[in-house]
Amino acid sequence: MANFIFLPILALINLLFLLTTVHSNSFETKATQFFNSGHTNNWAVLVCTSRFWFNYRHVANVLSVYRSVKRLGIPDSHIVLMLADDMACNHRNPKPATVFSHKNMELNVYGDDVEVDYRGYEVTVENFLRVLTGRLPPSTPRSKRLLSDDRSNILIYLTGHGGNGFLKFQDSEEISNVELADAFEQMWQKRRYNELLFIIDTCQGASMYERFYSPNIMALASSQVGEDSLSHQPDLAIGVHLMDRYTFYLLEFLEDIHPASQANMNDLFKVCPKSQCVSTPGHRTDLFLRDPRSVLITDFFGSVRKVEITREAVNLTSAAEQPVEATSIRKEPKSEPLSYVDQLPVAEIIHQKPKQKDWHPPDGFILGLWTLILLVFFKTYGIKHLKHIF
Amino acid sequence: MAAIETEKQRGRYAALAIAAVVIVLGIPLWWKTTETYRAWLPFSQINELDSLQLQLSVEVEVVLSRGTLSPEQQKKVPLSQTREQEHQIDAKTVLRYRYETKYRTATIMEEDALNQPSAQEADLSLHMLSESACGSVVVYIIPETSTLLPADVKVYVGQRRTALLRAALFEGTAGLKEVLSTLEPQVKQVVDTMSFSHQDILAALSDRIRVGQVSKESLADSMRAIKSSPGYEITFSLLNPDPKSHSLHWDIEGAVNSYIQPLLDKLNPIANFSVDSQILYYAVLGVNPRFDNSVSAYTLNADSLAHVINPVEARLGSNAASSNPVLNFLLYVPDAQHSPLFIRDHSKREIPSNAFHSPRWGGIMVYNVNDMYGPEAEFPVDINISMSKVMGVFLAQLRLMLGVQKTQPPPGFVLQSAGSEGLADWELDRLMWSRSVENIATASTTITSLAQLLDQISNIVINDNIAQQVSSAVTSLQAAVAELEAGNLAFALQYSREAILASERAFFDPSLLHLLYFPDDQKFAIYIPLFLPMCVPIVLSLLKIANEIRQRRADKLAKKD
Repeated sequence: MANFIFLPILALINLLFLLTTVHSNSFETKATQFFNSGHTNNWAVLVCTSRFWFNYRHVANVLSVYRSVKRLGIPDSHIVLMLADDMACNHRNPKPATVFSHKNMELNVYGDDVEVDYRGYEVTVENFLRVLTGRLPPSTPRSKRLLSDDRSNILIYLTGHGGNGFLKFQDSEEISNVELADAFEQMWQKRRYNELLFIIDTCQGASMYERFYSPNIMALASSQVGEDSLSHQPDLAIGVHLMDRYTFYLLEFLEDIHPASQANMNDLFKVCPKSQCVSTPGHRTDLFLRDPRSVLITDFFGSVRKVEITREAVNLTSAAEQPVEATSIRKEPKSEPLSYVDQLPVAEIIHQKPKQKDWHPPDGFILGLWTLILLVFFKTYGIKHLKHIF
Repeated sequence: MAAIETEKQRGRYAALAIAAVVIVLGIPLWWKTTETYRAWLPFSQINELDSLQLQLSVEVEVVLSRGTLSPEQQKKVPLSQTREQEHQIDAKTVLRYRYETKYRTATIMEEDALNQPSAQEADLSLHMLSESACGSVVVYIIPETSTLLPADVKVYVGQRRTALLRAALFEGTAGLKEVLSTLEPQVKQVVDTMSFSHQDILAALSDRIRVGQVSKESLADSMRAIKSSPGYEITFSLLNPDPKSHSLHWDIEGAVNSYIQPLLDKLNPIANFSVDSQILYYAVLGVNPRFDNSVSAYTLNADSLAHVINPVEARLGSNAASSNPVLNFLLYVPDAQHSPLFIRDHSKREIPSNAFHSPRWGGIMVYNVNDMYGPEAEFPVDINISMSKVMGVFLAQLRLMLGVQKTQPPPGFVLQSAGSEGLADWELDRLMWSRSVENIATASTTITSLAQLLDQISNIVINDNIAQQVSSAVTSLQAAVAELEAGNLAFALQYSREAILASERAFFDPSLLHLLYFPDDQKFAIYIPLFLPMCVPIVLSLLKIANEIRQRRADKLAKKD
């Protein structure tokens, strides 16, 4: 009986201790947090590598991660989003401008605010490697570049169809795990990242991170070598599978994370156990210098800025200001009403005649067919019939 | 019979001729046409650059004013000494510091200048007398009894490159050498503050060396200051969440020209700057401030500041044409409902500047306008923002972001404030030292890793322009290291900038993309369908010829006996 009273009292005393120590430690923890992660900005590179309508789930995967990453604070200017096909505006989409991730159309991950940097056929192995290594032509705009520095934490998420040691891009080319490892090494040589989190959701995904050899990389994959990553659930109205299992449970996990959350990487490793995923997710932390237990989810998925108070200010005299003050409050001068120039000459387009195309000689197939017919004719009936034709 | 024999002979010659053509002509032709064009690179010089051996030379001039030395000691001055310090950082990095100290007595004009009532005026008059070279330090020793400095202040660092050091020197018959040796540690402390300390250089090399060797303050400084880059973009943004109540006017162009541009002009040797500004309407902070009854104002506490930046950053535009790093400075005028808005630090104290900054990103200042109009004012109220106050805070934040301002000076030091240009000469020198070292280290790492990459992957084409960039980077690097050794800081910085530009251009050239990962089985798969059908008849006929020759020799042997 005494135990039952003793235990709550002990718990209460412990709680009090904890509260006081937490309060006094908060100042030091803020200072040490400055050094804990060592990063000052966050980037994300999210890639969907497959096209065609039946690969709807890969686009939905990437858009779910994009949505979580934006919600947790990484701005569009720091996200490079590569979608190999456009599902939202696909002709076969019964609900245009939407991409759903739950059946019964619960969650539209496309939203109003998607900024796709590489779309359609621009998603190639070459462009992906160029983005990673920074070897882009000088005309590339800022939004298509990965402008990370040595204090950036980068999240790289790949999804699509893969195999043992490769990932398929656009159904026509592949990237191998050796190329990916070399690209990461070049990023490390140029100190383009502080820490890298690599997540891949494909069949035999673990083979893609086998060859990494640069420091500070943590990798997660949805399935081991020899296993397939399975999709989660089809939606009967849309007609395709909406998400892959691993990313579905990853999204569920991330929906519980908010910018001030203290969840760490060990929780992320537990996402989607074999009972839910059917495949065995794997991870690799031997290249990572910090203990995964001390790495926060928001170190990669969110963008928690380090902030310092500005204690000093420079004392400036306002001598130069007087003459300018008088002129600044004048009202804006009235301008004549403006009208828009007709942007699209619609009238011309509607009543347009079909363009006269230049004459091209007949195609090879037609030529070949006629040659064949002529040859057969002359073989059968002999060359003397030629004079009857010409 | 003979005809068949000649036929066979002809056949044999034909097979041998074809095999000869294939081997003599075909194989070299195939080799030549399938090799990649690789321009020559100075690999040996690049390997030399891999081990970084830097020597930094500082010229120090110590001027002993009247009253600091006894007459016998004064006879032995002028005197010059050289002190060298070597640090082996790791296997590939060696740093050598060389301080060339010249001691002399003060001239009449300098004595007059030192007789001024205050240290500031003394500093000003000393400037008029002489101009010291970039990277050098001049220390004036004044006697302990001098009233130029207040009692607890030992060192006064001026706006240019001079410092006033108050030293207690030996009276009596001590030799000059002992006097100077007591002076040496104090002079070294001044020189460390005004040019560079070992920790500063280590922090500049933080890419190359392991983190454990750098002190925490230097690490914090290096994390806060933006990395060395050929150019920077500075963006000033005015956030007006409530245009219905406040119609804000800020003369940003004039303010930038008067307050910020002098600093940027002075920093011209270090980088190029481009400044732009924008006004954002209906831009709100991501956090809700709490109303504090004790001061009847809204407060933002320090913990929520970290979440302010992200929602705003999504709305900020930036110059799409350049890839330079951006420093954002935001001026937030709170809306009428939430005015006045104050920022509190961790110990709930008010902050006089009402501003905070984020390392490598920029700063945000909250500007309250509620006291500029009464409740009867007609909305929207025209408000002129006082740019001097705003620019004072932004200038301080800009100095922090660029790495000019470091941690606290040693005790007993007084640093004169920077003045109209926003930057003292010695602060510029300090920045130039660390930037030169950083640039040299980065450029050499880039070039060595590029050379390693090109060496490893034999499939990459090396164009002539890449070879030219690499060569120019190597020559600039060697020149920069030589200039540092000679003590010409300005030239060293210029060469190091050229080296970085050339090395980055070479490393990030779009043509260097190695996509051709060719495992051996893929190589076989390509060549076998091409060459096997051709080689099989040749090889078989050669074998047949060889067999026949052997047969004939066996027959001849059998015939003999």
